[in-house]
Amino acid sequence: MTELLTPILSANWGVDKSWTLKSYLSFDGFEGAKKALKLKPEEVLEIVKESGLRGRGGAGFPTGTKWSFVPQDNPNPKYLVVNADESEPGTCKDMPLLLASPHTLLEGIVIASYAIHCHTAFVYVRGEVAHVARRLQAAVAELYAAGWLGKDIQGSGFDLDVVVHSGAGAYICGEETALLDSLEGKRGQPRLRPPFPAVAGLYASPTVINNVESISSVPCILRNGAEWFSAMGTEKSKGFTIYSLSGHVAKPGQYEAPLGTTFAQLLECAGGMRAGHELKFFTPGGSSTPILTPADVDIPMDYEGMVGAGTMLGTKALQVFDETTSIVRTTLRWSEFYAHESCGKCTPCREGTGWLVQLLKRLEAGQGHEGDVDKLLSVCDDINGLSFCALAGGAVACVTSAVKHFREEFELGYTTPAWEAFPYELSTAWAGGAK
Amino acid sequence: MSEELVTLTIDDREVSVPKGTTIIRAAESIGVYIPRFCDHPGLAPRGSCRQCLVEIPDAGNGRGFPAPQASCTMTVAPGMIVKTQMTSAKAKAAQAGIMELLLINHPLDCPICDKAGECPLQNQALLAERVESRFDGVKRRYEKPVPISSQLLLDRERCVLCARCTRFAEEIVGDPFISLCERGTHQQVGFSGEQPFESIFAGNVVQICPVGALTSVQYRFNARPFDLVSVDTTCEQCAAGCALRTDSRHGTIRRRLAGVNPEVNGEWSCDKGRFTLASVPAEQRITTPQIRENGTLRPASWPEALSAAADGLAGGYGGDAKVGVLTGGNLTKENAAAYASFAREVLHTDSIDFRTRQVSDEETAFLRQQAPQVTYADLETAARVVCVDFDPEVDAPIVFLRLFKAVTKGKLQVLALGAQPGRTWEKLRAELVSGTPKQALKELDLTVDDIILVGERAAATPGTLDTISFLRAKWAWIPSHAGDIGALEAGCLPQADGLTVNGILNAAMDGEIALLTDDIELFAAEGALAKAFTVSLANHKEGIATAADVVLPTALVEEQAGTLVNWEHRAGVVNPAIPGTLPTAAEVLARLQAVIEAYRAYTREDDADFEDYEDDDDYEADEVSGFERPEEPPAAAAPPTAAAPSEPEASDAETTSEGEEVPA
Repeated sequence: MTELLTPILSANWGVDKSWTLKSYLSFDGFEGAKKALKLKPEEVLEIVKESGLRGRGGAGFPTGTKWSFVPQDNPNPKYLVVNADESEPGTCKDMPLLLASPHTLLEGIVIASYAIHCHTAFVYVRGEVAHVARRLQAAVAELYAAGWLGKDIQGSGFDLDVVVHSGAGAYICGEETALLDSLEGKRGQPRLRPPFPAVAGLYASPTVINNVESISSVPCILRNGAEWFSAMGTEKSKGFTIYSLSGHVAKPGQYEAPLGTTFAQLLECAGGMRAGHELKFFTPGGSSTPILTPADVDIPMDYEGMVGAGTMLGTKALQVFDETTSIVRTTLRWSEFYAHESCGKCTPCREGTGWLVQLLKRLEAGQGHEGDVDKLLSVCDDINGLSFCALAGGAVACVTSAVKHFREEFELGYTTPAWEAFPYELSTAWAGGAK
Repeated sequence: MSEELVTLTIDDREVSVPKGTTIIRAAESIGVYIPRFCDHPGLAPRGSCRQCLVEIPDAGNGRGFPAPQASCTMTVAPGMIVKTQMTSAKAKAAQAGIMELLLINHPLDCPICDKAGECPLQNQALLAERVESRFDGVKRRYEKPVPISSQLLLDRERCVLCARCTRFAEEIVGDPFISLCERGTHQQVGFSGEQPFESIFAGNVVQICPVGALTSVQYRFNARPFDLVSVDTTCEQCAAGCALRTDSRHGTIRRRLAGVNPEVNGEWSCDKGRFTLASVPAEQRITTPQIRENGTLRPASWPEALSAAADGLAGGYGGDAKVGVLTGGNLTKENAAAYASFAREVLHTDSIDFRTRQVSDEETAFLRQQAPQVTYADLETAARVVCVDFDPEVDAPIVFLRLFKAVTKGKLQVLALGAQPGRTWEKLRAELVSGTPKQALKELDLTVDDIILVGERAAATPGTLDTISFLRAKWAWIPSHAGDIGALEAGCLPQADGLTVNGILNAAMDGEIALLTDDIELFAAEGALAKAFTVSLANHKEGIATAADVVLPTALVEEQAGTLVNWEHRAGVVNPAIPGTLPTAAEVLARLQAVIEAYRAYTREDDADFEDYEDDDDYEADEVSGFERPEEPPAAAAPPTAAAPSEPEASDAETTSEGEEVPA
C-alpha cells in the first residue's frame, strides 16, 4: 500500500540534518524560487491559481485566489503572514514539517511574497514549540547569509525580510484575525470582519494569511509545474497533502498522499489498528471536525468527500480510537480543551464551553441527571453558529457528533462512571495487545 | 438629505436608513428594540455579547444566512430582509439561548444590587422566554467588590464582559487604565493596582455598565431606582454645558447621570459634574440672613437684613452711595440679569463685573465683542484647533472629548500655546507651540478652517486677546465657570464708564464704594472686603460670607429653575432637582429693590410721618440697628414692612412707597 504515498514535502525528512540549507539544496531546494524570480509576479500567481492548490489549514480556500484579493493599488505595504499556530488536538503536520525542513516553508514564503509584492513576511509560530521557533530562526539566518533573504535576493532586485514571531500559547491565535491582533502585540481575540485581512489586515494593510502547509506546497508547484500538481488528487481537491495519523494505530505518523485517499487506505499504510483491536471512531481533521465511524472508512478524504459525510477535512489530523475508548471521556477532554482555549470574547463560547464541561464531567462520573444528554445537545444548539468566530463551532461539533453516534454511552453516564464501562488503562499504549 | 439611503425590510416593515447603518440602529429607527449588551451607540461595534441576534432570510442578494446574525455589527444592504425576535421564532430562540448562557455565571443577587430596577440584564432576561435557568452547576466567583479607583467599585462576578467600560476608556477618553484580561470563562475586567482608573471621565462606566458590575462608592446601597425622582438639568460645574439627570430621594440628591444632548456632551459627562451632588454641603449651608455685629455674624430676620443691606447700599437717608457689584460666574442667566438690572436701575452704577480673577482692559474689550462663532460640531470638522491658555481636559472636559474624537479619527491637528507638556496633550497628539502667544499665533498662519479656543488665563498675557480678534480663524472664549457666558450676555460687565473688578476692589480698598456680591471666591480680596460695606448673597459659610457685613442666603442652583449658557452661547435649561425654601438671587434682589425704593421714596416724605412709626409699639428700632447712619433709626424703619408685601400690616407702607415710586 506504500505506493499510494507521495512523499514530496516529506521527501527529505529522513536524511541527516535535513533542516540545514545544504541538505535542502541537495533536494532541488530553491529551484522553485529561482524559477519564480525569473517570472513576473502575476505569472507566479497564475501558476499557483492553475495548480488548484487549496488552503491546507482547514477551510480549503483556493490559495491563488486568496493572493489575488490583495489590492495592489493600495498604497500600504503588503504582508504575508504564515499561520504556524498549529494547536488543534490531533493536528501534527506543520510542526514536524518545520522541524525537519524549515527551508521548504521559507522557499514558499519567498515565492508567495514575490507574487503578492510583499517585502515583509511573518511566521507566527505557536508559543509552546520553542524548539520549532528556534529551528526556523536558524534557517532564516542561514537564508540571510546565503542571499535568499534581505535586499536584492539572488540579484533579482526583490527585497524580502522574514520575521519569526512566537505566540504566547493560545489556540485562538490560529484564527487568522486573532493571530493578527496577537502579532500586533494585542490580546489575541478575533476581529470583526469586514474589513477582511486582504484589505486591512496586519497594521491595517493588505495581508495574506496562509497555513504552513499551503505555502510549503508552493515551491514544488513552481518546480514541477501546475499540471504536475493538479494531476494528483481529485477533481476539486487537487494535489497531495499530509495526513497525520495518531491514536490506536500500529504506526502513528505523517503520511503524505494525494487528496481523496480513503481512511481505509491510510490506516493500511499505518499498519492498521493496534494489534487485537478494532476501530471505534476517528476524526477526519482534528477534534473540531465531527467524528466518523467504521462505516465511513471508504469515503475519499478530500474537501468535498468529507463535507458529504457531514464533517470537514480540517487539518487531516486523523485521531483514531479503538473499542476500548470511552466516547464520553474523549469528548470531555476535547471540551475541556475548548473551554480552556475559548478567548472569552463572545458569550456562547465563553459561557457555553464551560457549561458543556460541567455537564460532561458528571456524565463521565456516572452522576448525570436524567435529561442531561438532551440538555447537552440543547446547549450545543445555543452555541452553534451563534458565536463570534469558528472556535465554538468546533467545540460543539465533537459533542454533537459523538452523541449522534454513541448516545447510549452518554446515557450510561446517568448511572455508570465511564471508567467502569471503559477501564481507562485498557486504552493506554502499555495496556498490551488483546483485551 | 444628501447621504445615500438604503431601503430594507425589518419585521415586514420597510425602512430607509443612511448607508452604513447597523441593523440594530435601523430597527431602533422604527421602534423595534433588539436586546443588547455590548452594543452602545457611542462606542464602536464589537459583536461580542451576541444578544442582538436576528434572522436574515435575505441579505439583499437573494441569499440568507443559515444562522442568526449579530445585528449590532452587520450593516444594512438594499433589499435586505431582517426578522427580529418580534417576528422570528429562530431569532427569539437564539436570543433566549444567549440570555440563558449569560445568566449561568451571573449571581442572583438582584435584591442587593444597585442596578436592580434599571438593569438591562434584568429587564431583558425577564423579556426572554426561558425564565427558569437549566443551569445547575457551579458559578464563577470572585472577591468582591474591588476598587478600581477611589470612586469606582468592581464586582466581577456580575460582569457580562460586554467590554463597554474598557472600550469607553480606550476609545472615548484615551485613558485605558482598565482592560479585559485572562481568557475564556476567566476573562475579567483587569486593572492595575499601581495605576487606578483615574480618568476624569471614569464615572461614565458606571452608567454604561449593563449590569451592576461597576458601581460608584457614592451611590452604592444609597437608593433604589424606583424610589428616585429624576430631573433633567444642565451641569453647573464648567462652561461645557452638559445635559445631566439628577436623581433625588427624600429631597436629597443621590446621584447625577450624564444626560443626552448629541450636540453638546453626547451621552457622557465628566466626574466633576457626575459626582458633585450638592453645590454646598448641608453642614456648610447658610439658611438665615445674617448681620455682622461687633465683628461677628448673627442671624437676623429677612426684614432686618434687607433693611440693613438697603441701608448700606442706598447710602442711607438721603444718600446715594457708590456701589460695585461682583456677580461671580456661578449664576444662572436669570439671576445674572437680575444683578445687571439691579446694578443699573437701582444702584445706578455701571461698575459690575462677573469676573473674580486677574483681568485686563484688553480682556474687557475682547469680551464686549463676544458672539457665538464656534460650536462643538465645528471642532470635529476644523483643520486645526489651537488651544491658547486653555487646558481642555481641566477647563471644559467635554471639549476635550470632542477634540479627542476628532484627533483619533485622524483629521484634526491640535496645537497648544502656553501649555506645559502633559498627558492631555499627549492624548490629543498636540503640538506644543512656544514663544509669545502674540507672535506664535501670527506665525501659525491660521485660516478660516482653523479654530482658536482661548481660556480665561489669556488675560494675563498682554496682546494675546487683541491678536486673536484680528486673526482670520474663528475663535471661542471658554471661561471656567458655568455662568460666565450667561453673565456676560446678561450684561454683568461695565458697558460704559463703570469699573471692572480691579477698579471695584481698589475703590473698595479706598473706602469709596460699598460692595454687592454673590457667593464669589475671595481671591485675595479680603482687604477690600474688610474695608468696604459688603452685602453678599451667599449660601456657603466658609466663602464670601466670612467677610460680608450682611449675608442674604439664596437658593442653590439645584433648587431653582433657570438657564446656563455654555461657551458656545448655547442655552441649557436648569430645572430644580430638589425643593428649596430660600429665594433665588433674583428674588432676593427684587426684595432688596423694593426695600431700597421704599426707602428712597420715604426719604422724600414729609418728616411728620416719622412720628407714627416712632410710636408704633410693634416696632423696635434698636433691633435693626448696627450700622452707622447719618440719621436717626426711623429712617430704616419703613422699608422692612415694605419689603414684606405679603404681610397684611405692611399694606399701608407699601401703598405709600408705590405711590411715590412714579415721580421718583
